[in-house]
Amino acid sequence: MSFVNTLMNGTNFDHKSLNALQKVTLRAVVMSFLFFGLVAIEGMIMRMVSTGSANPLPEMFSHPEHYFSIMTVHPIVGIFGSTYQLVFAAFMFLVPYLTKKPLYSVKLANFVWLSITIGTALAWIAGFVWQYAPLYTLYWPLPADTEQFQLIGGIVFILGVALIMIGTFGFIYNIYATIFARVGVHKDKTTKELLISGFGIDGMLNLWNKLRGKQPYSKEPALALPVVAIFRGTVDTFLDAVVILGAGLLVLVYLIFDASGAPLNVATIDALLYKNFFWWGLDLVADGLVLIYVAGSWYLLATLITGQKLFMENVARAALMLELLVSWMVWSHHLLGDQGQPEMMKLISGEMVTAFELLTQGLALFITLVTLWKARPLKMTMELKYLLGGLVGFGLAIPAAIIQADMGMNRVLHNTQWIIMAHVHIALIVGLYMTLYSALYVLWPLVTNNTKMWSAKLSNTHFWMYLIGGIGMGAFGGMAGLDGMLRRHLYINGEYNTYMILAAICGSMILIAWAIFLFNVVMSVGVKGLIGIFLPAEDKTTSYGLEDTLPSPEPEFSKK
Amino acid sequence: MTFTNSLELLAFHNVAYSIYAAMIISIIAWFGYNLTRDKKAKSVVRIPFYYYMAFLVAGGVGHHIFTYNTIPWVSEDITRHEQTVDTTYNFTIEKHKWTLPAEKITIECGQQVEFDVMSKDLIYGFGLFRQDGSMVMQMQVNPGSSNDILWTFLHNGEFDLTSTEYAGPNQYSHDGKTDLMRVKKLIKVVGCKEGGGVK
Repeated sequence: MSFVNTLMNGTNFDHKSLNALQKVTLRAVVMSFLFFGLVAIEGMIMRMVSTGSANPLPEMFSHPEHYFSIMTVHPIVGIFGSTYQLVFAAFMFLVPYLTKKPLYSVKLANFVWLSITIGTALAWIAGFVWQYAPLYTLYWPLPADTEQFQLIGGIVFILGVALIMIGTFGFIYNIYATIFARVGVHKDKTTKELLISGFGIDGMLNLWNKLRGKQPYSKEPALALPVVAIFRGTVDTFLDAVVILGAGLLVLVYLIFDASGAPLNVATIDALLYKNFFWWGLDLVADGLVLIYVAGSWYLLATLITGQKLFMENVARAALMLELLVSWMVWSHHLLGDQGQPEMMKLISGEMVTAFELLTQGLALFITLVTLWKARPLKMTMELKYLLGGLVGFGLAIPAAIIQADMGMNRVLHNTQWIIMAHVHIALIVGLYMTLYSALYVLWPLVTNNTKMWSAKLSNTHFWMYLIGGIGMGAFGGMAGLDGMLRRHLYINGEYNTYMILAAICGSMILIAWAIFLFNVVMSVGVKGLIGIFLPAEDKTTSYGLEDTLPSPEPEFSKK
Repeated sequence: MTFTNSLELLAFHNVAYSIYAAMIISIIAWFGYNLTRDKKAKSVVRIPFYYYMAFLVAGGVGHHIFTYNTIPWVSEDITRHEQTVDTTYNFTIEKHKWTLPAEKITIECGQQVEFDVMSKDLIYGFGLFRQDGSMVMQMQVNPGSSNDILWTFLHNGEFDLTSTEYAGPNQYSHDGKTDLMRVKKLIKVVGCKEGGGVK
């Protein structure tokens, strides 16, 4: 087949064969990877600006208004536009697949990806057109500071964020409505039984009964372990959306009063109290849903890759419950540099409870590795490679954060590049995305009806460039942080130049890797197929694989 | 073992974390290689599950015990309201401008000083930096609440002050080349021994 023919038609992809659930999943996946490209370009602009005289970009990118508006939208596009969309897409496919039930509503699923896409675009436009730049932290009263920012920019930004959160509520409703639907295998289950299983209480009771030498509370839990992780993580997703939406509404009220000519007094809101409220909610993303979703994804991937039961499943179920409780009590590690924060909160929430994450994530790592180990010998497939990459990412990123969640270390590391690069970027780019890529390779045959990936070579090139680029960028940025480079600061005079040039080289590897991956996907589904994904599905089925058994087939490649 | 300033602490941290990073990457790589082999891999070391969990607990708790006992500013910070300081320096920030206690501040080695900073509008940061750009220390500066820190300098040097928290683009000149909140060589510490410590 000629190159042009493959480019237009793909390998063997037929969008007409996809049902409604598959199509809505792929729509969100496509949007997610487009936003990933945008966020990678934004990241590269910031990396280039920090290289000083080596920066080839026009001068306007170094202007503080421009630079910080990019820094403001970068995490919005990355976390919500890309990551949320990809995770939501995977889970809206997986929950019906794993529970053997139809998705509650495909219309709602379409609303979710559309509202998150439009919301992200609005927030981006607010930065691009009006250079609204309070950063994602929205530290009070900066978002309501109309002396530095245009009012219209603030309003558009907040509306965008609100739309993302409304889409998030749509996802949550769809997931819970599907899990609690008493149809199919859950026809005879009560809501109480599903709730007990969803919260992992059955796992805890099983462990408790085992200790007392009694029969297990439940031999066959109502919900599969990955669904439990999705259920549990979604609790944090809900709480986080409530907090972010609440903060957004507060900012909006102030902006509207400002526009009416009767501005409210910003000092009415206590900045430190607001910071506590906001970090409590925002931390439910970083230390809550991400860790819980990731642990659940590792368990799912380990069982799918090996085709065997998870090692220590009851412990894993109970640990997910513990992770949820821990995630509600760790926000003070973001306030270790705030002298008005009570010392006991710093000590208990900021240090001690936060250190628990070493235990919960260490446990997830252990269970996943042992499950894989017991199934030796395994073939080094793409999904296994990416899963191991994801384990490396969190293995590096979690201790990097625990080190800083300490009153002594925080005094010399807070707000430096250490935390944003050695922790956040490695956790997201390597840990989370490698896990998501693994899931993508596992789900690819199911979602695309066994479409062949175009090139195995390109898949491997993507893997290595992405892994080396991700770890390298995080490492060099982290080293700059140790040398005093701040994370929310503008450096254009060549300070920390060596590290920034090396970080930019690694960053460009991530960008190139993304382009390679995208090209491979386009060559697999074809331009016509890509467009077809967005056309209405002829098959209105909202479930997948009711008769299928695990494991899923491994994706085939058109070219080796 | 005691760290007398951030340079010593961060150098130690850099080495320790680099060793850890190399170890975790190597372990997963070794693990991945052996996953695919038919031949059973020889265990380098067998660690029972409960030992592994105990190791994680010890790591999480031990880290804080270690830093409490080796970093002098931790206990100083926790007990700061019970201590009598040698000198207090008051700073105010409004509209990205500092009101300083003096144009230049000279501090004797080993003196315990307090920096008390007030913001009249936004959230800023208070950070001191060496001439090579490395950080001495920082704290957040919130409007409407107390922002005070005790510090004992044990090394001679001249330190710049700037805000370590983003408070909008007005912190910079329009071309981005100048940090308008940076006060160069504001603090000078004198009287320490060459390698650090009170003479």
